[in-house]
Amino acid sequence: MTHPIIRLSGLDKFYGEFQALSQINLDIETGEFFSLLGPSGCGKTTLLRAIAGFETLSSGSLHIDGNSMEGVPANIRPTNMVFQSYAIFPHMSVAENIAYGLKARKLPKAEINASVAEAINMVGLEGFDDRASHALSGGQRQRVALARALVLKPRVLLLDEPLSALDKKLREQMQSELRRLQRAVGITFVLVTHDQEEALTMSDRIAVMFDGKIEQVASPQILYGKPSTRKVASFIGLMNFLDAKVLASSGKNVEVEVQSLGKLTLTLDQATGGLDGCNSVGVRPEMLTILMGSQTSEREVEAEVTEVSYYGDMTYYDVKLPSKQDPITVTMRNTAGREVLEVGAKARIGWSTSSLLLLK
Amino acid sequence: MVEFQKWRKSESAQGLFLISPTLGFALLLLAVPLIMVVALSFWTQDYLTLDRTFTTANYQAAWTEPMYQYLMARSLKISIFVTASTVFLAYPVAYFISFYVAPKRKAMWIFLITIPFWTSYLMRIFLWKVILGYNGVINGSLTGLGIINEPLSFILYNQNAVVLTLAHAWIPFAILPIFVALERVDRSLIEAAEDLGDSALRRFFRVTLPLSMPGVIAATIIVFIPTIGDYVTPRLVGGPNGLMISNMIELQFKKANNAPLGSALAISAMGIVTFFALAFLWLNRKYVRGPS
Repeated sequence: MTHPIIRLSGLDKFYGEFQALSQINLDIETGEFFSLLGPSGCGKTTLLRAIAGFETLSSGSLHIDGNSMEGVPANIRPTNMVFQSYAIFPHMSVAENIAYGLKARKLPKAEINASVAEAINMVGLEGFDDRASHALSGGQRQRVALARALVLKPRVLLLDEPLSALDKKLREQMQSELRRLQRAVGITFVLVTHDQEEALTMSDRIAVMFDGKIEQVASPQILYGKPSTRKVASFIGLMNFLDAKVLASSGKNVEVEVQSLGKLTLTLDQATGGLDGCNSVGVRPEMLTILMGSQTSEREVEAEVTEVSYYGDMTYYDVKLPSKQDPITVTMRNTAGREVLEVGAKARIGWSTSSLLLLK
Repeated sequence: MVEFQKWRKSESAQGLFLISPTLGFALLLLAVPLIMVVALSFWTQDYLTLDRTFTTANYQAAWTEPMYQYLMARSLKISIFVTASTVFLAYPVAYFISFYVAPKRKAMWIFLITIPFWTSYLMRIFLWKVILGYNGVINGSLTGLGIINEPLSFILYNQNAVVLTLAHAWIPFAILPIFVALERVDRSLIEAAEDLGDSALRRFFRVTLPLSMPGVIAATIIVFIPTIGDYVTPRLVGGPNGLMISNMIELQFKKANNAPLGSALAISAMGIVTFFALAFLWLNRKYVRGPS
């Protein structure tokens, strides 16, 4: 029986008048790769630092492994952190950096050396033991920071935007490496990131935060496919929004009047409680199709191409629907035989009711 | 002539012209006197005339006569005491300003530390005499309160008074470099040390102190070098047992009328200071570079 390794309930954090975190309730399960995702200033780093013990809570409680962390300083908590700047000690070599926490525990020297060697192997830094920390590249510094934290075998590893300082290629490599490492050691990882792609590819679950509040907690597929609010939907991936009005509802079916698309019936996953405030539908660009020649679709709507961005494998079209001011985006794969339309061309857009999401 | 005209317009010539006033000043007032002192130290004073034949007799006297050895050792001892106590007292102040004072108030604190410099050094020495004297502030108060029966004699006209006065005079110069070094310590490193399990005391000794060592070494050099050659302070508050090597150098130049021996003593003292300065620089390089 797994139990939540981290349980946050009713957590608030104030800096003077400013509320950085408000009523955070969150369970993080043992062994999962969990991400806190949100724009800068949303409180995700504050939340991570509160878990680590660098921020005191204004109210609410924080339990790690079933124990209350109230009054427990950071150096005693069963968490370790990979800092955004990596915080590699400049006056120590790679091996000394990794041994730092073990020495703090006053372990015997032989044991320390064995653990350090193992950690160095784990992150692929063999032969770098005596390298001065200032002679390391960004990727290597990150590996040292990871090894330094993981060598202590924490219950939870906290990662504060660990990949933001790396270039794109290295970042992608480190993403899969972090995932592999997490599976290998089985430690719960809590990652803070503002990069939705990073969160989607790496995490088991993601909490999306805005303005100190958690907006939605879900797996990547659900977060992308069924965002709970318009805010989440627009933060993760591209989403087209159309104004909508709920006309009637019964059971799981909702009758709505959608801008440009007309009256239609949507079938929701859950009962249609709490439809108050639902005023738009969202549709992902890849759920729309530009129909060619004799192709047909469940539903169709006439549109005019206003902008074409050609990416090689994909083409991004901005198309203008009748009776809608702003164009919407349609992405098409450039498969064999598909022609790229030009600006001003008329297009038939194919869509289906099942790809529409009713949003607040 | 054309060559000269061409050179005159070159960048190096312009640079040379720019620094020439300073250069001339330094040559005239620093290099020339120094060369004269070095030359003098190899000559001999023969009552009113100088015997300009080369001799190392002055250096032999400076390094072998117990009197000079003793004074040199005492000067070293006093300046080591001054340096150690100054740096030791300056560190907590610098630490406090860097870690506990709100960022926008730091400049004000640094400014406040310079207040003692608003009066002349001589004035401050006389004030110390007032404070430490036989009928001074400390003795007066303690006697008045009935804590002591007769005035304390160990606080003025001895080496303690020299150490105290010099330490007070030099402390701002020690606070500043240590403060700058502490400001440059990345706070996330201290958090990392805490995260990795260190208590406050241990992370100070394992992270903060080693990373601020360049500042400590700079402070040590700044205090040590001038105090070893100080001569006003021992003269005014040192009494007979607090005199230092520079007082002896003065004596040789003036009353003893033996400028060559005074020069040899001065050059010897410079040599010792140079040795210590180089040792500190070597230490500093070691800390700044980190492990290689």
